[in-house]
Amino acid sequence: MKLIFEKGNKNRGLDLMPECDVPIRQVATGYERKKELNLPHLSETEISRHYTKLAKRTFGVNNGFYPLGSCTMKYNPKINNEMAGLPGFSDVHPLQPIDTVQGCLEVYRLAEKYLTKITGMDAIDFQPAAGAHGEFTGLKLIWAYHQDRNDSRRDKIIVPDSAHGTNPASASMAGFTVINVPSTEDGFVDVKALREVVGDDTAGFMLTNPNTIGLFEEHILEITSIIHEAGGLNYYDGANLNAIMGVARPGDMGFDVVHLNLHKTFSTPHGGGGPGSGPVGCKDILVKYLPSARIIDIDGRLSFEDKNEKSIGRVKDFYGNFLVVVRALTYMMTLGSEGLKDASENAVLNANYMLHKLKDTFEVPFGNGRCMHEFVISLEGLKKEKSVSALDFAKALLDRGMHPPTMYFPLIVHEALMVEPTETETKETLDEAIELFKDLYNKACNDPDAMHNSPTSTPIGRPDEVMAARNPILRYKF
Amino acid sequence: MGTYVPNTKDEQLRMLKEIGLDSMDQLFEAIPKEVKLGSPLDIPKGMSEMEVSSKMKKIAGKNKVYETIFRGCGAYRHYIPAIVKQVTSKEEFMTAYTPYQAEISQGILQSIFEYQTMICELTGMQVSNASVYDGASAAAEAVIMSKERKRKKALVSASVNPMIIETITTYISGTDMELELIPVKDGLTDLESLKNKLDDNTSCVLIQQPNYYGLLEDGDAIGSILADTDIKYIMSCNPISLGVLKTPAEYGADIAVGEGQPLGLGLSFGGPYLGFMATTEKLMRRLPGRIVGETKDSQGRRAYVLTLQAREQHIRREKASSNICSNQALCAMTAAVYLAAMGREGIRQAATLSMSKAHYLAERLCEIDGYDLVYEGEFFNEFVTTVNADVDVVLKALSKHGILGGYPLEGSDRRQLLWCATELNTKEEIDSMIQILNGVSG
Repeated sequence: MKLIFEKGNKNRGLDLMPECDVPIRQVATGYERKKELNLPHLSETEISRHYTKLAKRTFGVNNGFYPLGSCTMKYNPKINNEMAGLPGFSDVHPLQPIDTVQGCLEVYRLAEKYLTKITGMDAIDFQPAAGAHGEFTGLKLIWAYHQDRNDSRRDKIIVPDSAHGTNPASASMAGFTVINVPSTEDGFVDVKALREVVGDDTAGFMLTNPNTIGLFEEHILEITSIIHEAGGLNYYDGANLNAIMGVARPGDMGFDVVHLNLHKTFSTPHGGGGPGSGPVGCKDILVKYLPSARIIDIDGRLSFEDKNEKSIGRVKDFYGNFLVVVRALTYMMTLGSEGLKDASENAVLNANYMLHKLKDTFEVPFGNGRCMHEFVISLEGLKKEKSVSALDFAKALLDRGMHPPTMYFPLIVHEALMVEPTETETKETLDEAIELFKDLYNKACNDPDAMHNSPTSTPIGRPDEVMAARNPILRYKF
Repeated sequence: MGTYVPNTKDEQLRMLKEIGLDSMDQLFEAIPKEVKLGSPLDIPKGMSEMEVSSKMKKIAGKNKVYETIFRGCGAYRHYIPAIVKQVTSKEEFMTAYTPYQAEISQGILQSIFEYQTMICELTGMQVSNASVYDGASAAAEAVIMSKERKRKKALVSASVNPMIIETITTYISGTDMELELIPVKDGLTDLESLKNKLDDNTSCVLIQQPNYYGLLEDGDAIGSILADTDIKYIMSCNPISLGVLKTPAEYGADIAVGEGQPLGLGLSFGGPYLGFMATTEKLMRRLPGRIVGETKDSQGRRAYVLTLQAREQHIRREKASSNICSNQALCAMTAAVYLAAMGREGIRQAATLSMSKAHYLAERLCEIDGYDLVYEGEFFNEFVTTVNADVDVVLKALSKHGILGGYPLEGSDRRQLLWCATELNTKEEIDSMIQILNGVSG
């Protein structure tokens, strides 16, 4: 397929701008752009078709089953988009007088009310634009807390070896040193090992629960106590919250700060890689360090309080990904207390249903046949015997029209495929997927070579990633 | 209750039975009793779509949508071509995730490659990433990029948008980097001060072009000062202005960053916006975030793929150049469609119109007694004036007519406004506003 720059011709274009109705001002001498500016020269017809073609080469949740573990690819309700498109939300300047944006402040207030109850936290800050951004912000809260107590010796963040890569990366960015704690044979945090690594230099501990292999850390209260006793704080990575809404809350498990992924748990669209939203929630002890000014209600009039002087400072411009929060609020209003719990229950049911029907065919190293909202299968055996890897299996799935599960994560499982069906899939879809997985397993045993060559029915075959990295071509050259 | 769970209660029960369970509760046996919630969440009950729609519309109705806007400060109202929203609303684009599986994601990957190319063309730089959250975090990431073993002090002009300065400060707090402000003289970066502050510990100099007050900085002079040093020149720029203004590359910048919101994204009360980052080939491997590269597939066909992933968190973990995972992909696509629709001529026009309207506005404002330009320098489409009454009085008078006036600058004794004009402001609107302002006193 041609690139947009390889289409059109020099004189084509749209007629978008009017004539100038005031004297034309030219750029002052010395400030003019001399370098050529090459942008596409296309008619609207060509642009429209170009993107339609690109859309055909894209696979979203709207196209089919997307069991990408740890990403919670649930259905994106259309009403959320419609609400985000209301001019009263989308055409409002962030620096308008407070009395003209009472609706925007109300969105943040309401969303905060819902999310504090869901998480068991005391406050929510919507500034972070994504989960990793929320992690960074939450870790800075922990840093500020210790600084404020003149305990700057606390420079270590403990992270399980099964953690998502953003956890240690965020900790480093926030100025901490990362200490890894191993998992037990059963895939849980090794509590004994944890006791050994905590000390008076422990600033905090990061965990997602259920953990990254889809199991609930049963010793969670003990784990969080160990950290508290050592003087540290507990950070909850909210990526897996979809398993427990209305059932349990990080605030009751001993966590002091959390981040949420609105583009995962709260159904906002992933957009091909964003925009998401990663709000941070915290207990009272950390509220004064939050990046944003708090919103207060005085006799029905909402406004921003003066920011606390101990705030860690802002982490981006303005207030956060507002339209994403609008979508999430619409979702929470729609589901309400029973709906959110129902979502989590069915997310866990769907995952257990799939696991139950696949565990006799596939190797499932952890969980003893049960899981929360996601489970991890290992193709290590298949790799050894038939040299069919998780990658091969995933590529074969592509030929059958299904988006593969997450590959090679978490690191503690070899040849991992992490499956998260979510609650918005029908039983039929699950049954089809189960049959497909089993069918491909048989294929892998009988015709491994076919797996090595897949995919063959997609717009491209396997790309040469080595060449891409060795000889980077990162733009079109005119 | 509203729900998106398709399986009926009957189907759910059947599924439970198939896996040997009797109730949903049994699925959560692993959760300790002390942690389990004993009662429903203390939030309102769910609602039908019709009720939710009505409720949210009421909330949106509490916001005022101004017909006419003369305010910028980092969020600009530009004309968004109709094709932009049509394309970015395509469900494949909206509901896809990060393109990990290249074979079924060529649409997303190619569009990012095209976006990267366009950002390079706009800024003149050689390599762009796939986006970061916004202009402020882009500037912060650029400062972090500039760090060397012995160079950890970032010099940032005080004429940069305060939100950007604050964000950089947050990002480097607790690390071994520090930030020092370069003072402002007559609204511009004080070059003498800058020269005096440079030393062997300086990692970068960051300026904004045009700056917070709308003024054009002497980017050439700063480029000369930094030319034979190892100090990185970082320029935060307005993407529309680059249609006619000298590019960061032409100034000799090492890293170009900025807020991409003007490229087709609505005001949206501050987000989601778009951070763009572009640099030289030399600094390519320090860029944070996703980057899409071109390669071939097993049959020699051209293909696009996420590349240079060895910089990223999923590979390098604590050693990653940044922690960014999800970025602002759909916003980047929005910018690409906008730039494709506008083309070179369109961007030039938008820039020239914005500049012309702003200068006409400034001229007419200064005809009013008590309104004077605060700074003498050249400006693009924003400028600061004094006013002849309390800013609240002025702005309220304008608001009554659906006009959002200039932004009241802090610490300016309540008598300075930062104005902005774009191609959307007509002569008629401007003349109209002048008439209203003429009637304001006290």
